[in-house]
Amino acid sequence: MTLSVDLRHSFGDFSLDARFEAPAGITVLFGRSGAGKSSLAGAVAGLFRPEAARISLDGETLVDTQRRVFRPPHRRRVGCVFQDGRLFPHLNVRQNLLYGHRFASGWQAEARDFDPIVEMLGLEALLERGTTDLSGGERQRVALGRALLSKPRLLIADEPLAALDEGRKADILPYFERLRDELGIPVLYVSHSASEVARLASRVIVLEAGRVIGEGRAEDVLAAPDLLPGGDSGVASILGGRVRTRHADGVTEVEVGGLPLFLSGIGLPAGTTVRLRVRASDVMISLTRPEGLSALNIIPGIVERVMPGDGSGAIVRLRAAAGTILARLTRRSIRALNLSEGTACHAVIKSLAIAEADIARSGPQVNVAPEQEVG
Amino acid sequence: MDWLGPQEWQAVRLSLQVAAWATLLSLPPGVWVAHLLARGQFPGRSVLNALVHLPLILPPVVTGYLLLWVFGTQGPVGAVLEQFELVLAFRWTGAVLAAAVMAFPLLVRAIRLSIEAVDPRLEQAGASLGASPLAVFATVTLPLALPGILAGMVLAFAKSMGEFGATITFVSNIPGQTQTLPTAVYAFLQVPGGEASALRLVVISVVISMVALLGSEFLARRVSRRGRVS
Repeated sequence: MTLSVDLRHSFGDFSLDARFEAPAGITVLFGRSGAGKSSLAGAVAGLFRPEAARISLDGETLVDTQRRVFRPPHRRRVGCVFQDGRLFPHLNVRQNLLYGHRFASGWQAEARDFDPIVEMLGLEALLERGTTDLSGGERQRVALGRALLSKPRLLIADEPLAALDEGRKADILPYFERLRDELGIPVLYVSHSASEVARLASRVIVLEAGRVIGEGRAEDVLAAPDLLPGGDSGVASILGGRVRTRHADGVTEVEVGGLPLFLSGIGLPAGTTVRLRVRASDVMISLTRPEGLSALNIIPGIVERVMPGDGSGAIVRLRAAAGTILARLTRRSIRALNLSEGTACHAVIKSLAIAEADIARSGPQVNVAPEQEVG
Repeated sequence: MDWLGPQEWQAVRLSLQVAAWATLLSLPPGVWVAHLLARGQFPGRSVLNALVHLPLILPPVVTGYLLLWVFGTQGPVGAVLEQFELVLAFRWTGAVLAAAVMAFPLLVRAIRLSIEAVDPRLEQAGASLGASPLAVFATVTLPLALPGILAGMVLAFAKSMGEFGATITFVSNIPGQTQTLPTAVYAFLQVPGGEASALRLVVISVVISMVALLGSEFLARRVSRRGRVS
């Protein structure tokens, strides 16, 4: 299941010139607003005719301007979840969900996947309701279900969480995780949020001013300050682990590379594989194992690289049993500790620095297990 | 209906018949042209728009004369239709055509506005779910524009009831055959002692117009409440 896009198009004085491939899993088109992410996704959905493009899905040509091929949107089987939901106001929730089904399977066909999808998205109680009085989160769940029931070969999610507040985002994200893990439909996910990248992305395409400026695994992109909209302040590392136990005081123990990491605010059951986003600015470095410190997580590691960053800052990359950990420090601290390649030290992470939004269930097909190298 | 004389009663009945046929027959082309004007991008769009609105601006007598010229038994279209035994000039069927042409701009205008009020992003959503352009039109655009379509039909019906100039020019004013409510009022006012009959017809037409206007107003208000993404 591969989507391949090669496209040039100009909108007034903004020009789009991008090439990328999206394999199975969730591919995030990542970048600032105005970078051309949504336009690129729109071209795949067939919402406009690009000036010059070749777009194919599973080897099937959707657009080839040279050969004058343009498959209309309704014959692409590309489902869309839009930022604004776009539920049909004259239909109730059930009718909205079934709208695409009859075009995909014919009028007589029974929607065999209706009940599982309704159940997965928790929509049972909403089926007979109208759409105008749904909350933002409910609307997006219905929009997602509606797109899935049209049996898409590819799902496009265009900033599906952008219109929601933080609490609602946390409600919807797990559904996308389940989608990735259980249904196996490739997803092109448009986002400007690093935390969504960390939680969902199997692959990230970074866009700026209509061009692809980088691509790779989420952990590689989030570790590269020049690819992130926030520069150094957005840099983060991603650690893969497994939930071990939840202690009586509310702290959850997650095993990461053989070491326990203590986190708060995870409701996930023991045994769940998770991936954690650790912002580089939330990591402290100590040369000796600190004593009398409140922080619960002290991880030994070895400095792999010191990279000069913005202004007075720098990014230090540590190799630890848990994986690669990034720390953002001032150059003054780096001089004071005399950090350089090969220095043995400890990374210190406060439990509360890893918030609920930074913790994601990780899918079976997404390999986030850290390399088991202990330095 | 004892208080209406046979000629008055005939005029009212013929007017209702003409208005109903004119509204129904102009509805499909009206929806089509309205959709074309609301969503279409093609050369000659403004020419089509002007053509549709022409009967609104031209003196009705001129429109009636043009109809006679084109659809009369000697006219280019009328001569062809006559071979199929369809005669329009000086028949009630011609009154239907005159009323339909005169009401067309009002019908198209109301439907066009209601189609323009439908969020095109909903139509995109329909297409992304596998609906062909025709299916999107039938399942998204049309239902959302329905109140406006009904409002346009009400207006077109009322306009058809009241059409005078084009009708009298094209099909004349033959009692029992082409005499509609307004031409009957005119005829009664031409003869001594006809004021009472005229007044009765005036009351009927005022009532019909008021009902039509209130109905269209009510439906227009429903349009503005629907058809957007909230």
